[in-house]
Amino acid sequence: MADLLQLLVAGLATGGIYALVAIGFTLLWQTSQTINFAQGEFVMLPAFFVLIGMGYFGLSFWPAVALGGALSVVLLGLVFKKLMVEPMIRHGVLPLVIATIGLAILMKEAVRQFYGADAWPFPVLAATTDVTVFGAVFAVQSLVILAICVAVVVALQLFLGGTRTGRCMQATAQNPTVARLLGIRVERMILYTFLINGALVTVASILITPIYLAKFTNGEWLGLYAFIAAIIGGFNQVRGAIAGGLLLGVVDNFAAVYLSSQYRTAIPLLILIVVVLFRPQGLLGRIEERTV
Amino acid sequence: MSSVLEVRDLKKSFGGIVAVDGVSFGVEEGEILGIIGPNGSGKSTLFNCILGQLQPTAGEVHLDGRPVTGMRACDLNRLGVSRTFQLLQIFPQLTVRKNLILAGQEHQGTMLSRLAGRPDAGLSAAAERMLGFFRLERLADEHAADLSYGQQKLLDVAMAFMAGPRLALLDEPAGGVNPTMLASLRERLQAINAEQGSTFVVIEHNMEFVMALCNRILVLDEGRVIAQGDPAQVRRDPKVIEAYLGRS
Amino acid sequence: MRHSRSLAAGIMLALGAAFLVVAPLGLKPYGIFILSMWAVMTIAAIGLNLTLGYAGQISLAQAAFVGIGAYLTAYLTTKGWPFWSTYMLGGVSCFAIGWLLGYPALRVQHHYLAFVTLAFNTLVYLIFRNEEWLTGGIYGISNVPRPVVLGWSMNGPREFYYFCLAHLALVSVATWWLLRSPWGLAFVALRENPIRALSLGVDTRRYTLMAFALGAGLGGISGALYAPLVQFIDPTPFALGLSLNLLLMVVLGGSGYFFGPFLGAIVAVLLPEWLRFTEGFYLMGYALLVIVLMAFSPSGLLGLADRLTRPAPRGAP
Repeated sequence: MADLLQLLVAGLATGGIYALVAIGFTLLWQTSQTINFAQGEFVMLPAFFVLIGMGYFGLSFWPAVALGGALSVVLLGLVFKKLMVEPMIRHGVLPLVIATIGLAILMKEAVRQFYGADAWPFPVLAATTDVTVFGAVFAVQSLVILAICVAVVVALQLFLGGTRTGRCMQATAQNPTVARLLGIRVERMILYTFLINGALVTVASILITPIYLAKFTNGEWLGLYAFIAAIIGGFNQVRGAIAGGLLLGVVDNFAAVYLSSQYRTAIPLLILIVVVLFRPQGLLGRIEERTV
Repeated sequence: MSSVLEVRDLKKSFGGIVAVDGVSFGVEEGEILGIIGPNGSGKSTLFNCILGQLQPTAGEVHLDGRPVTGMRACDLNRLGVSRTFQLLQIFPQLTVRKNLILAGQEHQGTMLSRLAGRPDAGLSAAAERMLGFFRLERLADEHAADLSYGQQKLLDVAMAFMAGPRLALLDEPAGGVNPTMLASLRERLQAINAEQGSTFVVIEHNMEFVMALCNRILVLDEGRVIAQGDPAQVRRDPKVIEAYLGRS
Repeated sequence: MRHSRSLAAGIMLALGAAFLVVAPLGLKPYGIFILSMWAVMTIAAIGLNLTLGYAGQISLAQAAFVGIGAYLTAYLTTKGWPFWSTYMLGGVSCFAIGWLLGYPALRVQHHYLAFVTLAFNTLVYLIFRNEEWLTGGIYGISNVPRPVVLGWSMNGPREFYYFCLAHLALVSVATWWLLRSPWGLAFVALRENPIRALSLGVDTRRYTLMAFALGAGLGGISGALYAPLVQFIDPTPFALGLSLNLLLMVVLGGSGYFFGPFLGAIVAVLLPEWLRFTEGFYLMGYALLVIVLMAFSPSGLLGLADRLTRPAPRGAP
């Protein structure tokens, strides 16, 4: 029982990270029909920014994180939107999908060129010790990750629901045409979602890299997991991404322990296929009937 | 006289909104039936339900006495029911001629025989006739994207007649077409009706066009039939006047 | 103007074909191997171009089909089966699996479809890697024999190159026939406007499945040639990377253009060899090219050439 609880918390912690990445993914889709195939690489990169800050500029950890975060928000948010999404989205969804596949390759190869193919250790946020609560042993790291994820999600929800800008962003996500008629500066709101995505992937990067080390290939499975989380939960809403992310994290952790390690990665993929085939609107999504 | 199309108590709702609310009507062989009604009265949804593009919530559709409710649009088409859409639906990347051949090819042979057969599915002559009939010969090898709006509209209608349908459902064929083109479109439609004996159902906003073209008119409001009869009767019907004036 | 355009295209085509026939005479075995690889990858890309370029259905599973074809051939020919039987089997079984993979496409489109096919590719890869009793796991299958045709051994690099080239020619002619038949038109209709196509009697469901099945079948054929070409196969080449690469080949060359895959495979298979001195920067340049091309010409290099040389439309305003 205690083991199960421990496993559950560890799963929720990684699931929380997937949720952060998945939220960014769905936000971009909702506001600007951007399917970002490079989302995984977006998570891989900020950790290297931090390493560069510490290694080349001799900064200590937190200033390096601040530098990495700022760089990520500018490059992965602003520059990504202005240089890639804006010129391409008018051609339709598919060319942008292809271009982000290209971008993923570009980012991966650039990191390999300039930082090598090795896995680099990354500073942990909390001591790698365990605590005992009600007889169950938890890794402090898992608890810290979970707490940060919850804090970020709550902050985001408060912003989206509680501020004027946030509500304007939600209106933009639901229906850009109506939002424009209401006088909302839609372009600016879309830009905000890209900046928020930049911030979310930075947080995810800082949280996940200590576990898996900084490696140029990290994005490959991270992006896939984020998308699976988004699909499972329901692609068109934030709470779907959260639920999907947490579920995926838990399932993945249990699969690693109770199923063959060889086919561990197959479980999320099978879930994805089943959900798309039998409930394409996602577990929490609504069906949108298309009229002709 | 036999009904080509028979619609019985057709209903369609989206969530809580009832778009079509128990519509029944029949169309006789060779008839041109007009369907009019204010915006949002359920005309296009009715078409989409009849043609298998949307699944009706309740009710039945019969073609030549045979139930075809919810049948897929492609199967219905091959039974001789063709249509146009409210918004222009052509294939802009293809030439005018290819658009027409596409509109006829699935009615020739089987999938396998089409693969083994000629690239034009033996439809070159038919396409040529249709080009001549709609006066598009000169544009046969242009990409449909390069045509003017009126020409594209003609092509759209021509595609619906390429396979010689028994029944054609036209959704606003006159929408956005200039007056000269309009007269020629009406005359072309009447010619097809007279020559091939095919039956039409036409949704239209342009009253003059619809009154001149149709033998009988059905008026829809809020998903229900509120009046029907020949053009003169409908024009005088107070319920029709109210439905139109009461809204605007 | 139109006339001179097709004349120029014809001349380039004839030159290209002549080059392909003469090239191995002046190349070292490794060069011939690369050229054979180009032919094999072009076949897989032609298949994907049918699915994606013509029928408009995105698929990130083409590497899985190349893998299935390759493993079938490797496994069975090392057990003594004749090549032609495993070749047919590879094509047919991939056709069947591709048909099944098409079912999700009837329900979902675009990115959903992309990720479902991607998931399929990764699952197949896991099977290649983990089912050691069948696939040899990470050790793979070695000593895949090259076929003997009418008593003539294809063992030498030059012979096997011509063998691959002949298959590419065969596949090209068959695809060309298919595309100029009513099927080609139906595929384009499916891509451009499925709802209108349906209303014109095009059975979009059957054509969608057919587009997937045919594309997959060509993937299987490509794999059946790949195994005897490299003579040793392991799971690595059939991971997602190859699927992405094939997708980029098709899009880069010009999706929906008959010669798009040929050109795309040149950029993806031949150019890296010529530009070896650039090392890792080649892939970065390749990725950049894809991004820039998507911004300015989503229909790829051939789309760009088409636009630059197309005469202004006549007639209508």
